[in-house]
Amino acid sequence: MVTAIPDHGRRVVASVDGQARTLGIVPGMTITKARSFAPELLVIDAEPEADLQGLRRLALWAGQRYSPVVAPDVPDGIWLDITGCAPLFGSEQALLKDLHGRVAGFGLSLQLAVADTAGCAHAVARQVPAGRPVTIAPGDHRKAMALLPIAALRLDARDVEGLRKLGFERIEQLVGAPRAPLAKRFGRQLYRRLDQALGQIPEPIDPIFPDHLPRARRGLMEPIATPEAFARVIGDLVADIVVQLTALGKGARRLDCHFARVDGHRQAIRVGTAAPSRDHAHLTKLLCAKIETIEPGLGIEAMTLVTPLAEAMSASQSDGLAGSGRKGPDIAALVDALANRFGQRHLHRAGPQPSAMPERSVARFAALASSSGIAWAGDLPRPARMLDRPEPIDVVALLPDEAPRLFIWRRRRYRVTQGDGPERLYGEWWRDHGVEGEQPYTVRDYYQVETETGGRYWLFRAGDGENPVTGPMRWFIHGAFA
Amino acid sequence: MRESAVLDDLRARIAQIECADGRHDAIPFGIESIDCRLPGGGIATGALHEIAGSTDLADEASATVFLAGILARVEGPVFWCLRWRDLFAPALHLAGLHPDRVIHVEAGSDTNVLLAMEECLRQPGLAGVVGEVAKYSTTASKRLQLAAEGSGVAAFVFRRASRVEQAVEGTAAVTRWRVTAHPSEDLGIPSLGRPRWRVELERVRGGNPHSWIVEGCDATGRIALPAALVDRPAAQEERQFAA
Repeated sequence: MVTAIPDHGRRVVASVDGQARTLGIVPGMTITKARSFAPELLVIDAEPEADLQGLRRLALWAGQRYSPVVAPDVPDGIWLDITGCAPLFGSEQALLKDLHGRVAGFGLSLQLAVADTAGCAHAVARQVPAGRPVTIAPGDHRKAMALLPIAALRLDARDVEGLRKLGFERIEQLVGAPRAPLAKRFGRQLYRRLDQALGQIPEPIDPIFPDHLPRARRGLMEPIATPEAFARVIGDLVADIVVQLTALGKGARRLDCHFARVDGHRQAIRVGTAAPSRDHAHLTKLLCAKIETIEPGLGIEAMTLVTPLAEAMSASQSDGLAGSGRKGPDIAALVDALANRFGQRHLHRAGPQPSAMPERSVARFAALASSSGIAWAGDLPRPARMLDRPEPIDVVALLPDEAPRLFIWRRRRYRVTQGDGPERLYGEWWRDHGVEGEQPYTVRDYYQVETETGGRYWLFRAGDGENPVTGPMRWFIHGAFA
Repeated sequence: MRESAVLDDLRARIAQIECADGRHDAIPFGIESIDCRLPGGGIATGALHEIAGSTDLADEASATVFLAGILARVEGPVFWCLRWRDLFAPALHLAGLHPDRVIHVEAGSDTNVLLAMEECLRQPGLAGVVGEVAKYSTTASKRLQLAAEGSGVAAFVFRRASRVEQAVEGTAAVTRWRVTAHPSEDLGIPSLGRPRWRVELERVRGGNPHSWIVEGCDATGRIALPAALVDRPAAQEERQFAA
């Protein structure tokens, strides 16, 4: 299947699907020629306007989820500036995996590429059809670009053809060639694109914002570069946003502050809140805590504050009486401050999770989730310090079903004076990962033992002693009691 | 007469400087012999306290539950700033600290734990802020102490894997505790009795160090003196500590 657009009275191929590409049909070919490759070719009219709208929607979606700076890259890509966004997902790889999985889930085929410069990412995404996300390691973009064909440089088809006629195939040849004659022949665009891709001149991404969102902008008469000045402007911007949010009856869940540098470079900081907020002091504090990540360079000439995520928030009396003796601590502000510093994932409350194996009995809940009121059963002894993975120990046990008399752990001897047990736990045989992945019928007999110094430890023997599939009958230490 | 009035005045002024003027409450243990040795009759809120176990995992566990027991007896949320991932939340619940009250902050490094603690300590109304660190400097302790004084929240620095014999750098903490496991009473049956700890008050501002053998926390976070030891003459205990 291909889409067609009219071009000087002919119809030419605008884009092709995977099957058509394998037949050798490429964009720019006339429909008549394409039909000669495949007579049964399905041709539909292209709708460039609708495509652009679709790209915009995709970009805005990505902007909500991944990065404050997004822009459509006409005709077939979107830009995401993921600088500093990876920690929210744990790592860059995790972010890419999530992005890839979700976009593929929409039924789109895509190619992701990450690189130091926008031009390099653009080239790699289009020229390296790996199917999975491609990451060009920091500093390697020159090497990567050198190997790619001239066509990867975002030039006119005519220029690419002209360069090819002169014998230029790869970008490395272009880098090595004398500049002046080529620039004269092909115009400045050629070297602008090359330098952008190599990171020698900046290529700012002009971000797009959803139209209906509260937004505030301050253009500055004189460029500013000090943290105090930023804080002041942020204070003003937040005040504007708060007025807009109050009128809408909403509270901000996420705020992006964009900084436009005098040299055209753009930077952004993003903060999130655990509950909708339009508290001026709180939001200003969250944003100001991240000022240090901005590189002012020669100065910032404009700042824009956008609320990509806002949620309904009813008006309350306390809006007017901020901090006037409210009962109970308002920990939402504190939770936000910590979450923005350490990441939402690293802030949690523990709660019970039904599972037979103790290491899986703790679930994580959001720090501000409503209290469930439930907790673990209070009658089973559980250690206060638990080893991440049970560690094997050597034991001396007199009777097979009694607690051991002596155990050696991390090359130290522990002489046991008293013991209690066993508490038998059966593994969840229906699971196919975790301990049960290797041994579906896991059985553990747990013993609490007290050593001669009074220390209490939690030991277990893997296996029920009769059936070898339940475990190898070896001893492990899993934690320590009070 | 006149002289004692001057002395009283001086004491009051020193107390004001030291912020131990009863502005903040104290969390009593409910055990006379411990509370009487602490200024204010318990663990002072609005102050920094240090707690340590030893390099032994069981001692660390004892110190953890001792701390959970203190926090269980106060109202309000608790922020527990972590560097390691070995804290097992069900044990805090067994000491009476309900999981809904505890917010775990995985800060990842000593520096971040101290940063997180300071941030939390600026928030009044919390039951307590705990931070687990390997080492921290005198300056950091002063910052925490000041933050705690400002908000009236009790701050606890849990020094992990701290060696018993190691001389500790002076800090601004009001009290320094070391909790280690102690052999419990033999019940004569294959079962374990209530755990016992050796609780050492290594340092206390305006008081003398002391140590006790106590029975571990019950379900409401209360520790107790073992029945056989309650009536022991004080002199014997003093000698034991000196030994």
